Amino acid sequence: MTVWLETMRRETLLVMRKKSDVLNPLVFYLLVISLFPLGVGPAPETLARIAPGVIWVAVLLSVMLSLERLFRDDYRDGSLEQLLLSPHVGAGLILAKILSHWLMVCVPILILSPLAALLMGVSPPALVAMMLSLLVATPALSMIGAVGSALTVGVGRSGVLLSLLILPLFIPVLIFATAAIDAAAMSLPYLGQLALLAAFSAAAITLTPFAVLAALKISVQ
Amino acid sequence: MLSARRLSLARQSRQLFSDVSFSLEPGRALLLQGRNGAGKTSMLRILAGLSQADDGQVLWQDSPIQQSENFHASLLYLGHQPAVNVELSPTENLRYLCALHDDNAESIANILVAVGLAGYEDVPAGQLSAGQQRRIALSRLWLSKAPLWILDEPLTALDVKAVAGLEKRFKQHLDAGGMLIVTTHQPAVLPEHATTRLELSCPEPESEASA
Repeated sequence: MTVWLETMRRETLLVMRKKSDVLNPLVFYLLVISLFPLGVGPAPETLARIAPGVIWVAVLLSVMLSLERLFRDDYRDGSLEQLLLSPHVGAGLILAKILSHWLMVCVPILILSPLAALLMGVSPPALVAMMLSLLVATPALSMIGAVGSALTVGVGRSGVLLSLLILPLFIPVLIFATAAIDAAAMSLPYLGQLALLAAFSAAAITLTPFAVLAALKISVQ
Repeated sequence: MLSARRLSLARQSRQLFSDVSFSLEPGRALLLQGRNGAGKTSMLRILAGLSQADDGQVLWQDSPIQQSENFHASLLYLGHQPAVNVELSPTENLRYLCALHDDNAESIANILVAVGLAGYEDVPAGQLSAGQQRRIALSRLWLSKAPLWILDEPLTALDVKAVAGLEKRFKQHLDAGGMLIVTTHQPAVLPEHATTRLELSCPEPESEASA
């Protein structure tokens, strides 16, 4: 338990010291969203129509942007070796690390999303669905992304490889999340899509830490 | 007791070592020697369980280290990289490392003073010199109770005084029944009577090989 808390504490401190790691994806997210009304034109109905897709694609890309650094510094300075040699190493400890990524990257995105929705003219019912879909699906993004990050950490300049590995796995999330928001915009029930997203996250939280651990062991070899 | 049985490793189609066997008793030190690129670091990583040998196995108290229950708890490994995060202060770095390895974190402040980092406790490690960063990593030798130490070039970037302090600590550790596996180009820091030397001598490559 102490290890868990100390890991979270360390990750939080690192984010406080190196704010750019967290601000980069956030600024990117807002910039992408704010460019769309300029590019597509400010007509509210057009914007509201494309909003779910645009907002979710922006979320996916910002999360991608933050994934490269997840294990990079630890790999370079040898901390990763120490983590793998710890008697406590296991899926739980890895989960702590990824959980802090979710808290530091996905939660700020979540908080900024109403602003993004405002820029895109999303209707109030669709906004509720959007926030719910972000809340239940972003853990899956962090978890799946961590697998890719762990696999590519030993490869220099891994950005492109990481995108190729991870983006296809993000597609189901994108499909169901946007479907939920579209349904909400048409006043249809969308609990089914949300339940699927939640199932996706639950599966990712329980299974991916093992994959991440295995991938890190391979990368450190 | 740590023993290695018939370890072999090839890298980039070059045989680094083959059929290396030894065993290390409590209170003994093993000094790995060899020229640059001879496979010293690779050997240490295999012994620590970070990499796999092509052939052979490493045993801790007669069971393979991958299956041994207390191997990780008994091991202190300091690799090439000091495992010091440049954004964090020495105290924060050590707190995390102590938590990872179940070491006692209460004495961190005293030990930082002892290794000559008094006044730098709260400075980000990135602003310290290479030798000072190395001292942060080496502080763990005083914090840890692990019986088996595997140290990769621990003396890099250290000044004369720090080397002397380390020499004393090595002797203490061995006298207390600890085990020590070191690569270093300054073998004088190890007590002669307790040290076994192991020379890794793969055939000289024709062109310059990478480490």
